[in-house]
Amino acid sequence: MIPANFDYHAPSTLDEAFKLLSELGDEAKILAGGHSLIPMMKLRFAEPEHLVDLGGIPGLNTVSMENGSLHIGAMVKEAELEHNAEVTSKFPIFTDAAKLIADPQVRNFGTLGGNLAHGDAANDQPAVMLALGASVEITNAEEKRTVDINDFFYGFYMTAIQEGEILTNISIPVPAGKFGNAYSKIERKVGDYATGGVAVALELDDSGVCTRAGIGLTNVNPTPMRAERSEAALVGKVIDAAAIAEAAQMASEDCNPSDDLRGDSDYKRRVIRSLTKKMIAKALERAQA
Amino acid sequence: MIQCKTSKEIGGMGHSVKRKEDDRFVHGKGTYVDDIQLKGMLFMDIARSPYAYAKIKNINKDLAMAVDGVLAVITGKDLEQYNLHWMPTLMSDTQMVLPTDTVMHQGQEVAAIIATSREAARDGREALVPGIEYEVMKPIVDPFKALDDDAPLLRPDKEGQKDNQAWHWEVGQKEETEKIFAEADVVVKEQMHIPRIHVASIETCGIVADYDKVQNHLTTHLTTQAPHAIRTVIALVAGHVGLTEEKIRVIAHDIGGGFGGKVPVFPGYVIAIAATFLIGKPVKWIEDRSDNLTNSFARDYHITAEMAGTKDGKILASRMKVLADHGYTDGAANPSKFPTGMFSIGTGSYDYKHAFMEADAIYTNKPPGGVAYRCSFRVTEAVHAIERITDRFALEIGKDPAELRSENFIKKEDFPWQSPTGWEYDSGDYQAGLDLAMKTVEYDKLRVEQKAKWKEGKLMGIGLSTFTEIVGAGPSKDFDILGIKMFDSAEIRVHPTGKAIARFGTKSQGQGHETTYAQIIAEELGIPSKDIQIEEGDTDPAPYGLGTYASRSTPTAGAAAAIAARKLRDKAKKIAAYLLEVSEDDLEWEPGKWFVKGAPEKAKTIQELVFAAYTNHPQGMEGGFEATHYYDPPNLTFPSGAYICVVDIDPDTFEIKVRRFVAIDDAGHIINPMVAQGQVHGGLTQGIAPAMYEEIIYDEDGNALNGTLMDYLVPTAVESPNWETGHTVTPSPHHPIGAKGIGESPTVGAPPAIANAIIDALRPYGITHLDIPITPYKVFKALKEKGVLDKDITGFEA
Amino acid sequence: MTKEITVTINGEEHTHEVESRTLLVHFIREIAELTGTHIGCDTSSCGACTILIDGKSAKSCTILAVQVNGKNVTTVEGLATTEGVHPIQEGFKENHGLHCGFCTSGMMMRCVELLENNPNPTEEEIRWGISGNLCRCTGYNNIVKAVQYAGAKLRGDELPSTEPVFVE
Ligand SMILES: Cc1cc2nc3c(=O)[nH]c(=O)nc-3n(C[C@H](O)[C@H](O)[C@H](O)COP(=O)(O)OP(=O)(O)OC[C@H]3O[C@@H](n4cnc5c(N)ncnc54)[C@H](O)[C@@H]3O)c2cc1C
Ligand code: FES
Ligand code: FES
Repeated sequence: MIPANFDYHAPSTLDEAFKLLSELGDEAKILAGGHSLIPMMKLRFAEPEHLVDLGGIPGLNTVSMENGSLHIGAMVKEAELEHNAEVTSKFPIFTDAAKLIADPQVRNFGTLGGNLAHGDAANDQPAVMLALGASVEITNAEEKRTVDINDFFYGFYMTAIQEGEILTNISIPVPAGKFGNAYSKIERKVGDYATGGVAVALELDDSGVCTRAGIGLTNVNPTPMRAERSEAALVGKVIDAAAIAEAAQMASEDCNPSDDLRGDSDYKRRVIRSLTKKMIAKALERAQA
Repeated sequence: MIQCKTSKEIGGMGHSVKRKEDDRFVHGKGTYVDDIQLKGMLFMDIARSPYAYAKIKNINKDLAMAVDGVLAVITGKDLEQYNLHWMPTLMSDTQMVLPTDTVMHQGQEVAAIIATSREAARDGREALVPGIEYEVMKPIVDPFKALDDDAPLLRPDKEGQKDNQAWHWEVGQKEETEKIFAEADVVVKEQMHIPRIHVASIETCGIVADYDKVQNHLTTHLTTQAPHAIRTVIALVAGHVGLTEEKIRVIAHDIGGGFGGKVPVFPGYVIAIAATFLIGKPVKWIEDRSDNLTNSFARDYHITAEMAGTKDGKILASRMKVLADHGYTDGAANPSKFPTGMFSIGTGSYDYKHAFMEADAIYTNKPPGGVAYRCSFRVTEAVHAIERITDRFALEIGKDPAELRSENFIKKEDFPWQSPTGWEYDSGDYQAGLDLAMKTVEYDKLRVEQKAKWKEGKLMGIGLSTFTEIVGAGPSKDFDILGIKMFDSAEIRVHPTGKAIARFGTKSQGQGHETTYAQIIAEELGIPSKDIQIEEGDTDPAPYGLGTYASRSTPTAGAAAAIAARKLRDKAKKIAAYLLEVSEDDLEWEPGKWFVKGAPEKAKTIQELVFAAYTNHPQGMEGGFEATHYYDPPNLTFPSGAYICVVDIDPDTFEIKVRRFVAIDDAGHIINPMVAQGQVHGGLTQGIAPAMYEEIIYDEDGNALNGTLMDYLVPTAVESPNWETGHTVTPSPHHPIGAKGIGESPTVGAPPAIANAIIDALRPYGITHLDIPITPYKVFKALKEKGVLDKDITGFEA
Repeated sequence: MTKEITVTINGEEHTHEVESRTLLVHFIREIAELTGTHIGCDTSSCGACTILIDGKSAKSCTILAVQVNGKNVTTVEGLATTEGVHPIQEGFKENHGLHCGFCTSGMMMRCVELLENNPNPTEEEIRWGISGNLCRCTGYNNIVKAVQYAGAKLRGDELPSTEPVFVE
């Protein structure tokens, strides 16, 4: 399997990259880790004429915790998040998710930015970001803008990133009080895209009342989705078994899975219900720990 | 448990000798077909049909020819000029090399592109695809509809073919069996599908075909498990253009897994040969994975299995009716007289006198195949049916499936045993295997635990499979492929310094022949196995043989090696008698030397005797130290196994976890315990694969829906549990070294153990059968159908 | 559409003009003529092509040769040194961690990084750690053993037995 030929560009600064992107227009594609794009090119599902590789641009692969937020450069690799103790001690959800994303080799090259920018509801990080309430920094030749993750995913392979723009950074608020987060998915075998996946992030006040709940769902909707009714069912309560069951039921009702080789929508709804239950319980346990 | 007659130094049978082949592999120095680079080599790619059934209206070659580096486009019409557009299958059916007018399955080869580079060939393929015009027709996908009145006749090219049935086969006692079924207390019946799967060896198929115009000689570097047979087939196909058998050399270098998938002759091979023949330069073709997964297959048997017996658990008879979906041609590789291969082993390990089996093979618009998947010719289908229906019978009468099996086993003392379908089982001790397996898993405790688990709403199941395999094809009176008898061969040549080279007609694809054959010879001749070099796969130097598949290498070529070595041992005895100046009758053998009875100090080592064969042999004796044997087995061998699987199923998502799997095999004498165990491990993972993960799925238009390794779910190390394995040893009485063959038993025996365990876990909810692969989704659907998912699963009082 | 690149493979620099689309695996196998790295799929699923890029395991079928311009690549051929074989090679041979050998190069390269990150992995960690590498022959049991053996050797611990264990 061999991609159609193209021109390869390796800018060494963001400015150079923007210049290339504006010159080449819609004939260019951005190359990050390449682990979504190159497989599609090999199968000739994608035949871009130019690739603009972000790999040589410094500054896109830093991870820092400042001003109450975790900042992750778009080119940070999945594996770097998985193995960053500072990140995973507060956000074990990255360990949960990383273990279930593809395999170690893919995680060594696939980037967080690429995982989001690909705009695929089957990818796992979108649901994680929805749950965590992330915001995404998008940069073009003129300006930087910040897009709430809720406004980021437009449709199948479509995101808020416009022609000539680069996703440069992802920010995740680090809550001040008690919080916990967790992710899991059901897959047909290890390395598979999700039959269904659920990310949960909870914040609790001192009395144990839930003050914020974020629930993101993987691969059960045309775009990555938030289970908003389920979130509302948890906020303002001390989360108990009944609340968990109610939220799980709502998530399973609100998602819109399609029938495919992984199962029919009935089965996927059951998967979502089960995972939502388990992940709320796990996030809660982590928040209380 | 395993006793060795030779010292560790000699390293004969029973020693876990480390494998000789591994040094090159761990250094990345193996030679697989894609590693071959020849001067001036061209590359071939193949444009394939997007439709399952269509007429080709036009192929616009210009589109591909316009691509830089493309030298030629070859179509069926081009091959027709040389009468090379059709070829025989190993089942004496016919298969298109390239179509002249009609494509019969999605993914079928339509035109080949020859180019100066891999990239250009690919670009040519992409360019050509839109230039092929089709008239699409409605395909036959469902084999049950292939015989409908309005079904199109798929093979009008075959003379006398009036419908879409390829053949009918039957065996056993039809009337007596019917009578027993009519009168029996208990009759159980299940409809089963053993789905279409693919061996998916990690290396796909490939060829480098290299024709030398000046010498009129063809060398093919080929991924083949049967190099000699393939050479003969090429000669049969291409003899009329001057490529006769002595002008053809087939070399199978290292092969990255075969499992039966590299037995047939694929159209790609023939096209590459035609291309090198026409162009006069070497041509390489390496199959893409998606082409590999969607152009051949194993299994695809729809089986109605029935069993009749008494209320207290005596099995009286079994009956099986098969609908075999063969795709558009019978591309299997069974012995000629056995269109269903060894399916008739499907009366299993049980003692009853009557059975009837029949099969109808059907043409559909799917790829041809029906080859093995690490098993001996259709044994897996048979074993699955009998082991499943036996469990079903136990369930019906409320008897523990282990107890039912024990009560019905053929007893150790009843061998050799005549099966109702005509086989003579050579030996076995089925109870010993089952006892060891049950002891290992603590069977009784598990049943107690299961009851408790069921009560809490947990889904736990225990499954057994106590199967008999049939391997080592086979005796020449019954076994041939395309008329060539299924013996196999060994040639041993010992050099003056006592080191040896031995050559075989078989071809390892990972089984470790370079090590194990050397051990057999070491056992018989006392030359250390490390001093014996093994060569296979090159038709020029090696003696003729039918190759490695169906667990036949040890039973046939292994036997040939032992007998050839014994011939040499006898020769050594004559030389020893001469050198020691005693009569041959006064000599006694100990591995590695002949010595005078009662005077062990008067001895000659095998090395001394070999040296003498070149330097000081008795006058009148032929010089040198060389022997060849073609072994024609008197019977097949019948390995057996007792497998127990324990599963836990999540009552919410129905994820299935194999908690334990214990496999006790009986393959007779073991040549190398380490290698044998490795074979069992690998076979078990290829057992869990079809049981829980793998199936090639088609939609109603005949499109394969999962033709990549993204969706064709080959298990990883996470899905594959920790296998616990052991052996009982019941030697084959007719085999020179008492060995039976081990490579495939686990693939055959594991699927029903797993299926039985899963179904056992679900039996409180009225489930009596599920087709493999049993996935969480399938469990969900089955439970939903039973109406048990309206509320949560909370518990069941057993 | 072509570009000159220099890639250091197993310590040796390879400078060549390549098409942008040339996959790293083809660069390694066909241009550098190191055929120990294999190709088993079209979809980045099998891991037969695994190599190390600056010490990190990668599927070389999913990386463009131009992406590794100036980088260090290690392939199976670079495992052994003049001192002898790498412990992972020894582990695979001694524990019968391979049959046909086709997955083996990629499997070993992956395991080198696995042991680098986690010198004493549990069975579970090994299984998850090699989940991007398919082996169709071995059933994985002995690959787990091979990695445990290599881990012990690298740590300087006593080597585990390589004898096959059977239930009796
Ligand atoms: C075998 C396999 C299995 C996989 N399984 C999973 C899985 O289970 N779960 C999962 O989540 N993912 C999975 N993936 C995908 C993997 O995680 C990808 O690496 C990831 O989705 C994309 O990241 P990338 O850096 O490789 O992006 P690339 O492939 O380089 O890019 C993806 C897309 O995003 C665009 N893009 C990338 N970065 C930017 C940016 N900074 N700004 C603007 N646009 C950008 C590109 O132009 C392209 O269209 C799998 C991949 C493989 C090969
Ligand atoms: S060749 Fe299969 S992952 Fe690279
Ligand atoms: S040893 Fe053959 S694929 Fe692993």
